[in-house]
Amino acid sequence: MPFKYFGKINFTPYTKVDKFADYLQKGKLMGTHCKKCGEKYFPPRADCIKCLSDDVKWIEYSGRGTLHSYTKINAAPKGFDDIAPYILGVVDLEEGGRLISWIGDIPDDDIKIGMEIKVVPRIFEEIEEIKLYYTIEKP
Amino acid sequence: MKIGIVGIGHGKFGNRSDATVQELAFEPFKQAIEDTENLRRKDINALIVGSVPEYHMQRSLPGVVAEYVGMNPKSTWLTEAACASGSAAIRTAYMAIKSGMHDIVAVIGVQKMRELSTQEILALMGRVGDVQWESIFGTTFPGYYALYANRHMYQFGTTKEQIAQVAVKNHYYGSLNPNAYFQKEVTMEKILGSDDVAYPLKVFDCCANADGAACILMTNEKLAKKFTDTPIWFEGLGSASAQMSVLRRPNLVEIPSAVEAAKQAYAQVGVKPSDIQVAEVHDCFTIAEIMAYEDLGFCSKGKGGKFIEEKQSYIGGKSPVNVDGGLKAKGHPVGATGVSMTIEIVKQLRGDAGKRQVTGAEIGLTHNVGGIGQYTFVHILRR
Ligand SMILES: [Zn+2]
Repeated sequence: MPFKYFGKINFTPYTKVDKFADYLQKGKLMGTHCKKCGEKYFPPRADCIKCLSDDVKWIEYSGRGTLHSYTKINAAPKGFDDIAPYILGVVDLEEGGRLISWIGDIPDDDIKIGMEIKVVPRIFEEIEEIKLYYTIEKP
Repeated sequence: MKIGIVGIGHGKFGNRSDATVQELAFEPFKQAIEDTENLRRKDINALIVGSVPEYHMQRSLPGVVAEYVGMNPKSTWLTEAACASGSAAIRTAYMAIKSGMHDIVAVIGVQKMRELSTQEILALMGRVGDVQWESIFGTTFPGYYALYANRHMYQFGTTKEQIAQVAVKNHYYGSLNPNAYFQKEVTMEKILGSDDVAYPLKVFDCCANADGAACILMTNEKLAKKFTDTPIWFEGLGSASAQMSVLRRPNLVEIPSAVEAAKQAYAQVGVKPSDIQVAEVHDCFTIAEIMAYEDLGFCSKGKGGKFIEEKQSYIGGKSPVNVDGGLKAKGHPVGATGVSMTIEIVKQLRGDAGKRQVTGAEIGLTHNVGGIGQYTFVHILRR
């Protein structure tokens, strides 16, 4: 599963961490772990910021976390106007690291910073080319 | 050897569908030369352009600007640091003069943003976050600042009303600035009643994309007196970077590059935040000005909302901020903004700011943030 299928519009079809998309298609949320110094990365990196090692391994994330902040996008950029308005959340993952994504099936009034959430891998089925993403849901 | 400013020029910001980018650049360049006493164009050794190239149909801007203002065959180049490109150009000019490579340098900040549609601009600006992990979900520039705003409200109890008061202030001062895009006061009701752009930010929490240009002429201490009786000196030049991705930032309630750049600048000059008599800060969104009060140390962390509520950033308050209307009222032609901020401080320190003069100002500061905080330049200037 090439990385180009990750996201509604993908700007970087090439990356050293393209296996992320393979795992996501299998329902797994994966980050990387530096084999040398142990630093964990989500989003995954192929190269360690801390010790400059390029030897990392994949580790699975639980998807559990807390909502760090959010916003409802009314004025959407080109390519996203068809799904606007949409709510973006930033999640502090339980194992460390953060991600940003759409908040899925949570009513607007229930969205609270600090709430516990779960990140769920998804596939855009209604779109011709398979697109992978994840949403932020109630646990 | 001190390095300072001997000439300033500021074009009209706003919808400038009447002019090409090089025609915009010409206006403040001519004014800046006329602002000096007998500095001639041929005395200028180099022209540095601050701009973000992606907005223009014309590629490679310094080429077309240098030709149009008649600087060929002098050296010219571009500096880019997103919305802080203007201050990055100033820093480059400072280095060029300090090193002795050039004696007199012209800095032109210029941007024509209205060659693109609002949707294209939103897409372009949204990509100032990390495109691999963030932009794929439709992030936008206001969206990032909305994330900061929501977190600030959550963590410190900052209110929408406090945030909106930044817009009230800046539009008030914009009404006193003939170069501003918007020269009318705006009420709290109008701001809070405006459409949502990215919750909790509304239309009136956002600065407007604008066309515009600004120019300063810089030289060393030895030559400055030849060209003006009132040179304004750069005394501290802080510059720092922060993570491209908000996912790797330590927190979302400050701009870490601004904290670091301010620390550097204060240390270089040996002054405290409370010594700054007038400041120009990067209010691309209302919440950005509140974070700037805190990042610059005008108030403590989390107290930015209260600071504006108490009118401490008005003239007469502890730290007058953006008394030319800021990005909010002037408009934000990204490459021109840092140069425009610098010009306001020059006017204030010369005592030439008219109705918006901070009486007796001798020391001023500019705070120019690039992108969503990836770059910040903090400059301290003195009479
Ligand atoms: Zn490592």
